[in-house]
Amino acid sequence: MNENTYDVIVIGGGPAGLAAAVSARDAGAGVLLIEREARLGGILKQCIHDGFGLLRFGEKLSGPEYAEREIDELRKRNIPAKTLTFVTKIEKERGRFRVHAVSRDGVAVYETAALVLATGCRERTAKQVFIHGTRPSGIFTAGTAQHFTNLLGELPAKKCVILGSGDIGLIMARRLTLEGAQVLGVYEAKPTPSGLTRNLHQCLYDYDIPLYLSHTVTRVFGADRLEGVEIAEVDENMRPVEGTGRRVDCDALILSVGLIPENELAEGLGVEIDPKTKGPVCDGQCMTSVDGVFSCGNALHVNDLADYVSENAAAAGKAAAEYRRIGRKPARLNASEEFLYLVPQRLDLNRSNAGTTVYFRSRCDYNNARLVLSVDGKEVFSKRYAFLRPPEMERLELNFDALGLTERSDVRFTLELQGGKERAQ
Amino acid sequence: MKETVCIVCPRGCKLRIDESGGDLAVTGNACRRGRDFAVSELKDPRRTICTTVRTAFPEVPVLPVRLSAEIPKARIFDVMREINAVTVESRVGRGDIIIKDVLSLGADVIASSNLLKEIQ
Repeated sequence: MNENTYDVIVIGGGPAGLAAAVSARDAGAGVLLIEREARLGGILKQCIHDGFGLLRFGEKLSGPEYAEREIDELRKRNIPAKTLTFVTKIEKERGRFRVHAVSRDGVAVYETAALVLATGCRERTAKQVFIHGTRPSGIFTAGTAQHFTNLLGELPAKKCVILGSGDIGLIMARRLTLEGAQVLGVYEAKPTPSGLTRNLHQCLYDYDIPLYLSHTVTRVFGADRLEGVEIAEVDENMRPVEGTGRRVDCDALILSVGLIPENELAEGLGVEIDPKTKGPVCDGQCMTSVDGVFSCGNALHVNDLADYVSENAAAAGKAAAEYRRIGRKPARLNASEEFLYLVPQRLDLNRSNAGTTVYFRSRCDYNNARLVLSVDGKEVFSKRYAFLRPPEMERLELNFDALGLTERSDVRFTLELQGGKERAQ
Repeated sequence: MKETVCIVCPRGCKLRIDESGGDLAVTGNACRRGRDFAVSELKDPRRTICTTVRTAFPEVPVLPVRLSAEIPKARIFDVMREINAVTVESRVGRGDIIIKDVLSLGADVIASSNLLKEIQ
């Protein structure tokens, strides 16, 4: 074996990549991890708030603490990690992958039998939400504001408006308030909040920061620096209601309007993408539609918790280490329209699916829902939920091997609604 | 009767607290910690703080810190003033104490990252 040849190459050094690399190594694989930034840890480096690790470590940790524990595990195993290394191209040749990367040392090519894509997700930007007006400075994504505040020690706003009620926006509302900035309000175009309920309480209500549902920013004002925004109410189709616009003076607009799985490398490999998750279609082993290419963490679907990312990535890393080209026997997992999405989207019946973790989100807020798994119209499993909310991901562990599935089985998840649809208060 | 949401873990249980004759009845919690949280919310609401502290090292301008224990919610901004008055001048590591027993509230301000040891 040549020194640039591995069993598993993991791309991305955030919580997903770290857990995937460690579990692939523990399953006996020769592993290389590639990270484009100078330091491992991914976005957790700037997530200085706590609440991480309750599931994985049984402790409440901050993001840096969680990431550093995972990095310690990588180092204990002497797993090579190339930082400041950017993957430019991946080629598939005779069932193996050639990963082209550029770093300060120049260009290098690494070869591997299996690939784990742990490239995380990216924030939706101002351009993607079509805000009109001038182009002054002072418009940031919540993650950029977090980078300035928590890594560079620079406060990006004195008086700001937050658009979108995603978790990072809520966390930043609290963070900026703690540092003495004034957060005038969080405006959400949807009639329900996007973030976790506990974050609404501990980040907004604790600090008397108002939350305005069914409101959006329609214009920005200012030449060099943002001077104000126009806020308008929106109707049920999320269109601004005429005559409701009013100007709010502020020096920053912070956007927390959603996260999108990052799959440029996956798409380059011809991996099939699920339009619902915007991540790859995968099976119970986290293998994508391309043999030998695995996807995990927020690149696969956007998770609420780093703990779930690590769990899912560890499964992907192990599966990548155990990957052999034996051909696949796919069975689709269908989900009714009450689901926003369900992962994995299929099973490979040539491999064991005895302890498959299924992740899903509901499309709307539901009270008293019953999840039913049926095979060819026959109910084989059910579970009751007192409430389901799209911002709160659910997970289930299922033994599909006990169901005697074939490629022609109609495997279907449905949600029976007893309490009907209910909007959040 | 008071309604709140438990913030102890990501589950976010909706809590209902009924007070009658000095006794507190908590419902909606999935575990013991939810009850403890509800009682504390009524009698002595407490929170932790996660923030940063300035350093003397230009390559690491701020270091993440947090409190070793919760403090009364009403004292959050007092503690923030103490933390923002400090500059870290030695290469402390994860878990090291930055301010001991801040404002005599029974909590230490501790470093929550090894950043200063990693980047030299």
